[in-house]
Amino acid sequence: MIIIGSALVTFLPRVLPLMVLSRTELPEWGIRWLNYVPISVMAALVGQELFVQDRQFSLINNVELLAAIPTVLVAMKTKSLLGTVVVGMVSIMALRFFF
Amino acid sequence: MSQEELRVKSIATSRDEGSFMQGVKDCIPTLLGYLSIGFAAGVLEKTAGLSILEIILLSVLVYAGSAQFIAAGMIATGSSATAIMITIFFVNLRHILLSAALSPYFRHLTPFKNMLIGSLLTDETFGVAINEAAQRNQIHEKWMHGLNLTAYLNWIFANIAGAYFGQWISDPEKFGLDFALPAMFIGLLILAIVSRKKVKLDVIVAICAVVIAVAVAIVYPGNVGVIVATVVASTIGMVIEKWK
Repeated sequence: MIIIGSALVTFLPRVLPLMVLSRTELPEWGIRWLNYVPISVMAALVGQELFVQDRQFSLINNVELLAAIPTVLVAMKTKSLLGTVVVGMVSIMALRFFF
Repeated sequence: MSQEELRVKSIATSRDEGSFMQGVKDCIPTLLGYLSIGFAAGVLEKTAGLSILEIILLSVLVYAGSAQFIAAGMIATGSSATAIMITIFFVNLRHILLSAALSPYFRHLTPFKNMLIGSLLTDETFGVAINEAAQRNQIHEKWMHGLNLTAYLNWIFANIAGAYFGQWISDPEKFGLDFALPAMFIGLLILAIVSRKKVKLDVIVAICAVVIAVAVAIVYPGNVGVIVATVVASTIGMVIEKWK
């Protein structure tokens, strides 16, 4: 029951825009707006993951934020998704080991 | 590189770029992310008391990391089915934006084919696909299926593996598995900014999104903040670009 319901509420937002917006032409400002969606949605997700812990803003004693620094640098330097994920995981492991 | 080598190389790329196999290959950089997050999801689902069959159904039918993490967490704490479904709906509402952003590239396809593409859409395949679109100005249907199916099968496999090994892993954080998801979002964000030629505006939009998402998340629980931040920050980007 939970699984079927969860599947449905996941399926609809994924599928409907592709099915409906493919039929109709988007206005120019709409396309321009959609251009910024990937940047905003990824940044918003990163922001929540890094700065919010237990519904509190967290800046000090935040291992995840520290681990994000080498992760960002590697992403900029190598442009490799795989490298970024590996460095991120190794960084957080190392930081948790030392702190 | 000699002139001839260049020509051979360009012929080879133009023949391969839209194929199913190329889609499979372009998915490879994201696989470690799928495998580690899927593994972590499997471990969490197992420790939440789900059976192997339920875990397989979850990964096959829901196929969404954040949704499955939330489902596992809420099932473990005994939340109602309705509460779980509403939370998951809001978390995955961001897919509306991803799906809409891809729609211009699949306008020539039937609604059914668009449904097939959309049903396997994830943050990561979206990130790869939108990079492809930025580089080539188009996305081939077969390439997209190659990308989607590779990610999907790896996800299911990772969930099952996680469920199987979950009985021995008591502390997934010790292995940094919980950081695989944020690390991948960081990678996709940086890659998107680097691949476009408007770094300054993108960084402004990203900072706005972070500030709004964090501010809203502190007031409202769940992922409403991500939706609000996405809508507002994208609008800011659109307006600044228009006024420049």
